[in-house]
Parts: sequence; structure tokens; C-alpha cells
Amino acid sequence: MNVAICAYGAGNVRSVELAFRRLGAEIADDVERADLAVLPGVGSARAALAGLRARGHDKVLRARVEAGRPVLGICLGLQLALEWTEEDGGVEGLALVPGRAERLRAGRVPRIGWAEVDGRDAFWFAHSYAASTPAATRWSEGIVAEARHGSFVGVQFHPEKSGPAGARFLAEEVRCLSRA
Amino acid sequence: MPLPRLIPCLDVAAGRVVKGVRFRGLREVGDPVELGAAYSEAGADELVFLDVAATVEQRRTLVDVVRAVAERVAIPFTVGGGVRSGDDAETLLAAGADKVAVNSAALARPELVTELAERLGSQAVVVAMDVSNGSVRSHAGTAESGRGAVEWAREAQERGAGEILLTSIDADGTRNGYDLELTGAVAAAVGVPVIASGGAGCARHVADALEVAQAALLASILHERPARLASLRAELRELGVALRWS
Repeated sequence: MNVAICAYGAGNVRSVELAFRRLGAEIADDVERADLAVLPGVGSARAALAGLRARGHDKVLRARVEAGRPVLGICLGLQLALEWTEEDGGVEGLALVPGRAERLRAGRVPRIGWAEVDGRDAFWFAHSYAASTPAATRWSEGIVAEARHGSFVGVQFHPEKSGPAGARFLAEEVRCLSRA
Repeated sequence: MPLPRLIPCLDVAAGRVVKGVRFRGLREVGDPVELGAAYSEAGADELVFLDVAATVEQRRTLVDVVRAVAERVAIPFTVGGGVRSGDDAETLLAAGADKVAVNSAALARPELVTELAERLGSQAVVVAMDVSNGSVRSHAGTAESGRGAVEWAREAQERGAGEILLTSIDADGTRNGYDLELTGAVAAAVGVPVIASGGAGCARHVADALEVAQAALLASILHERPARLASLRAELRELGVALRWS
């Protein structure tokens, strides 16, 4: 099982890499051919999308999803995979998943901290925008926590920073992939 | 709203955890990686590492500490002390930190907050402020900044800060409780999360702070003892504080 993490000049690539290494996965460079491609995300949408497109990751990720090969988006990585995001005055996304990212309008923003997902384990969130998508599969306080569309899985929380609960989530994803 | 957070603060200098804290002399007490990992296991929601002797020569050491912590600890952590530019901050985030805290450098050059927010996203930018009698002080409390706490918190938010780490110099180390009036005033003035800091002596103090702030920074109350964090969490639950089950 190997995992390639899209590096695009920003973000917490190292934390994601360490989380997969802890699970015994190998880290690969080839986003196209790895068993799992991860689109991590921290930072701003416009800069991230420009970085992804400059490196050709947008096309590779699209080809993967079209071929039914797994892609995991984390936090901004989920928002970038949508069709459009309200961030930075409005930016076209990668459109791997239907829907759009909208600014959070309730509570303190950024929404930072641990919050329960589907009333069970708490995961760590740090975001100012959230997905609005028909592909939503899990929720946290009325906010989309996870979306699945074909071979794309996106989570709004940071499993790599969510302690044992996050490790269990990633282990389950890896287990499903290994079986597939 | 996410769950209230308990955030142990580790002061580091030259790669070691030190004590005597920010407003007095230093004594070495341990290894930041080991202590950070032990706090994480004891239920810390996040960690803060403050480089209290931040000098140019020690930047490399700090980055090494951040890299080592990220390897061992799978919860979020903030690094502060000596962050003066977007490049400084990016280096720390690339090494595995989740947020950077800026204090004196932001007071000296408020545009720094905007630069960091544009580059890293607001969620990674903590503006830390040390307050005495309602006024913000810089350089570990030694110099006046000429700014009021509420005014500076509002400006920091407008410039892109994603959190305010609010330390009361007057309450710090007293163990008489957080400065609830100050914390409440700042929390009411901003829409970003506020982390209360300074003055915790017992669970009741922490519970009171979590009524007005979204997180509580824990320093001298823990005495670098992770077991104290575990017992504190149990006491807080008995007081009805809905902490995360880890």
C-alpha cells in the first residue's frame, strides 16, 4: 500500500505523511500511480489551486477519479475538489465532486477545535469555509464533515491531527483500499 | 461550537523545556518531545510551544524540535517566539506545526498578521498578546505598546488573525484565576476563538475561563506534569465542562 501526497507549495504535507507512515503505508512520489492520492490542504484556495494546476495535479487527480482510483481530500483538499469556492472572491474548483464551498456564517470563525462527527468520535477542525454538497456522508454540528463521490473521499477535519480517532479513520480507509 | 480546549504550554529555549516562565528566569525541566507526547496521551487538545529565548542562532534548533514533535504527536500544535516573516512561519508549518503565534513582531509591524494570513490561512495565525491593566505590552511584558487589549484584538482580527491568545500579565503565575473581565471583554469584541491564559490555580478557574473563552492555556498549574492534566480533565468533567473524550 503506497500513498502519494500532492505537494503544491503550501500545506501540511509532512503531518499527513507522518500519519500514513504510522499506519505502515509507504510514501510514494507518483500521484498518478500510487494506490492512494491525498490532496491535503491548509492555506488559501486561490494559491492552492494555482499551485496544483502549475504542477499538473489537477489533471492527474481528475484522471484518477474518472478511472475509479482513490483520492482523499483533507480540509481545504475537500473544498478544492468541489466545483466552486466562495473563498478569495470566488474560485473555480477541480470539480471532482458536485457542490461548492461556502463561508461559515455561524459561531466563531475560523471554526477551530475538536467537534463530534455524527455524534460520535471528535475530530480536529480548523476552517473558515465548508462544503455544501449532495455527496455529503457525515456531519458535524450541521457542517459537512465528509463527502464521498465515486472514488473520491473528502473530509473537512484533519485526521492526521485527530489523535487516536484520526488514526482509526485513516486505518479504515487504508484497510478498505487494500481490500479493493 | 467545537468542544472547549485545554492547551498545555511548553516554554522552550535551546531545544529544551524551561521553566521560570516568560516573565522571569529560566530553569531546564525536560525534553519538549517527551513532554509533548505525554501531554497528548494525558488528553491535551492542542499544545503550544513558546520559544522564550528566540534568537537567530536558535531558529534551527526550534525547527528541529518542531519536526521531532510532529513525528511523535498526532494532535495540533502552535509554535511561537521569534516569528517575524512569512518565511519563518512557513518553515515551521512545513516542519509539522499547525499554527504560528506572533506577539511583539505583530505589534511592531501589524502588516505581518495580514501577510501570514494570506500565505497560511487565518486558521494558522494566532496573535498572542500580553496584557497588564488593559494595555498590551511587548517583548515578554517589558515594554509598553501603547495599545489597548480590545482595540488590538479587533485590529488583529481585521488583519487576518484566526485566534487570539490572551495572557494577563497581572494574573500570570498568581494561581488566583484567569482575568475573566479582560477575557470576556476581548471575547465579546472579536468573532474569532479566544484562548485564555494566565492565573489558573484550580479546576474551577479553568471552568470559569471556558465560560468566556474557547480554550484555556495551562502552564504553571501543570508544573510540567502530564498526570496533573489527566486529573484536571476529570475534575473539569465533574464541574460539567464538556471536554473531548480521547
